[in-house]
Amino acid sequence: MWTDYHEEGDPKMLHRRKMLLATVAAATLMTAGAAQAEECTITLGAAVSLTGKYSTNGMHTKNGYDLAVKVLNEKGGVKVGDKTCKLAVKYYDDESTPARGAALAERLIKQDGVKFMLGPYSSGLTKAIAPVTEKYKVPMVEANGASRSLFTKGWKYLFAVLSTSEQYLQSAIELAAENADRMGKKPNEMTVALAIENDPFSQDIRAGVMDDAKKHGMRIVIDDKLPKELNDMSTTLTKVKALKPDILVVSGHAKGAATAVRQIAEMRVDVPMVAMTHCDSAQIIKKFGDKAEYTLCASQWAPTLKYSDEYFGSAMDFAKLFEKTYGYAPPYQAAESAAAVLVFKDAFERAGSLDPQKVRDALAATDMMTFYGGIKFDETGKNIAKPMVLYQVLKGKYVVVAPSKWAEARAVIPQPKWSERK
Amino acid sequence: MQNLQLLLQAPVFNVQLLLDGMFIGAIFALAAIGMALVWGVMNIINVAQGEFVMLGGFVTLMLVEAGFHPLLGIPAAAVVLFVLGWALYRAVIWRIVDGDMFISLLATFGISIMMQQLMNEIFGADVRTVESGLGVWFLFDGMVTVTQVKVAAFFLSIVIGLLLWLFLKNARLGQAIRATAQNARAARILGVDTDRVYAVTYAINAALCGAAGALVVMAWSIHPYMGLPYTLRSFMIVIVAGLGNLASVIAAGLGLGMAEQYAGFLLGAEFQLAFVFLLLVAVLVGRQITLARKRQYLK
Repeated sequence: MWTDYHEEGDPKMLHRRKMLLATVAAATLMTAGAAQAEECTITLGAAVSLTGKYSTNGMHTKNGYDLAVKVLNEKGGVKVGDKTCKLAVKYYDDESTPARGAALAERLIKQDGVKFMLGPYSSGLTKAIAPVTEKYKVPMVEANGASRSLFTKGWKYLFAVLSTSEQYLQSAIELAAENADRMGKKPNEMTVALAIENDPFSQDIRAGVMDDAKKHGMRIVIDDKLPKELNDMSTTLTKVKALKPDILVVSGHAKGAATAVRQIAEMRVDVPMVAMTHCDSAQIIKKFGDKAEYTLCASQWAPTLKYSDEYFGSAMDFAKLFEKTYGYAPPYQAAESAAAVLVFKDAFERAGSLDPQKVRDALAATDMMTFYGGIKFDETGKNIAKPMVLYQVLKGKYVVVAPSKWAEARAVIPQPKWSERK
Repeated sequence: MQNLQLLLQAPVFNVQLLLDGMFIGAIFALAAIGMALVWGVMNIINVAQGEFVMLGGFVTLMLVEAGFHPLLGIPAAAVVLFVLGWALYRAVIWRIVDGDMFISLLATFGISIMMQQLMNEIFGADVRTVESGLGVWFLFDGMVTVTQVKVAAFFLSIVIGLLLWLFLKNARLGQAIRATAQNARAARILGVDTDRVYAVTYAINAALCGAAGALVVMAWSIHPYMGLPYTLRSFMIVIVAGLGNLASVIAAGLGLGMAEQYAGFLLGAEFQLAFVFLLLVAVLVGRQITLARKRQYLK
């Protein structure tokens, strides 16, 4: 996806130049004799899935953390009061099992003396670890637990940089409302069809969509819950054909996206807007080509967004650096993990102390911009500054179309009828 | 209720539901024919039925990725699964043919878990599909769509059912299979190589499922853990139709497919599979009552 970027200097040369600078600086300090900058290292603890069913995404998470730590240390580390500290992460493999994750969190805090935690991968593991960090009053910034239930327990030491599940498709409903006039309607005359899998995560997404639809006075005409085993949506789509809603919302992990894209095309279901999740993991463009055209897809982050910060530069700069370091384009899991480390750095500096309680309060007051998007936590600890973005498949590429502030192009709404295509 | 009104107001959607039900039912029927055969001849309930379907899909997938035409996947999957079925018989199934039915349930359940995990190891848990290269027909102004690959699935299962019927009726081996089904011991005394009959029966079953799997990957999608619903539906169809009659197995398959589509439309997709189980319970209870009545009559 990012093959067209230019090289930014030989990294080895860059490194050598920095080493030289550092040596000179160190020499100056020594001769000055005023060794104000004491050596210190802040160790963040993390139980991440390096084996088991989440191992792929666990690796993305670890790579994100590592890259951020590396970049921050290269840029001078973290200034805590009058000290300058380096960051380090202590990892354990949680084997993708919640019980193991909780035990390892306990070990990190009690045996290894870790005072700050980075989150694991997945909502399930985050839910297992959070009670432990709460118990020991250890602040945890997590980047990969999106379930709404994480933020209804009154946890005080949990902060999440990613958008939570109920936000996943809210931007699609917003987009529909914004574009109501293009369909010749008012928002409160619009109708919504939902085909959402019957699991807790997808049902969170459904709850968010329902709330937003209600806010705009839209009517839900279909509300099907897709069973886990189903690989056929034809009955739901037949209903869609009969009831002609203005927007069809589909969410059922990769299987849901793949089934929907294929059957909507086969059955020639004409809906002005089709929005879904997990398009990228279902690889709908690669697998279905033209059939995927005009589909709207929710995503946490995109490298084409215009977000930027002083550490990584723009979102695209992060993507390039990541690809240069690890040899593959960063999925959003890696981006949000890197952002979690930036949040810690910011909080340490504002707290001016390594006292967990002060850092916790500084975290709660976070209001910053990163390459991953704005980060500001509400009282439950979830990030309310970063919207989900919505891609549309246009000419075989993902193009950001919502929210309007970050859009690369205007969404094609209503999408052309199947009979008018080609 | 609102959905029912919809069907009454726009009857054309009934056509869509009936057609879709027929097509999906035909694929269920293919797997069910195999199950009925193995059950009837060998007295084994093959729990790995759905996994054979899944494997058939993966064979087709590999073939397409190697550059062959998807439709070639149907015979290819059948052949590969025939061989695999034969091998499985020689390795495992022959040990349990004369045993307790509970043992056969356990053994085939074990086989099904192994196949799931093996495919998960090799291909990953992702959902896979194959484009059939066939088009779509539009009826009633595009209100009803008919995917050609589903039509192919329908006719194929009818043809396969017919061929199987002819084979069992006329071919030497087919007659041997029927003889073994009636009384294995008598057949053995009269010179039928029942071991070979069992092997062929199990292999034919695997081949039928393989062909069904090839159709599933073209019309819908596959992944390593998709098997169970297919096994359950086969079981359901065989329970309704009985072991002896191929035509009634196909009819029950089509009926189940249509019933499922209506359940999905009227009650919502979440009840589509629940409806199958409900139907299964109803049929079993109904059967129990009729059998009890028959027993009373005999007294």
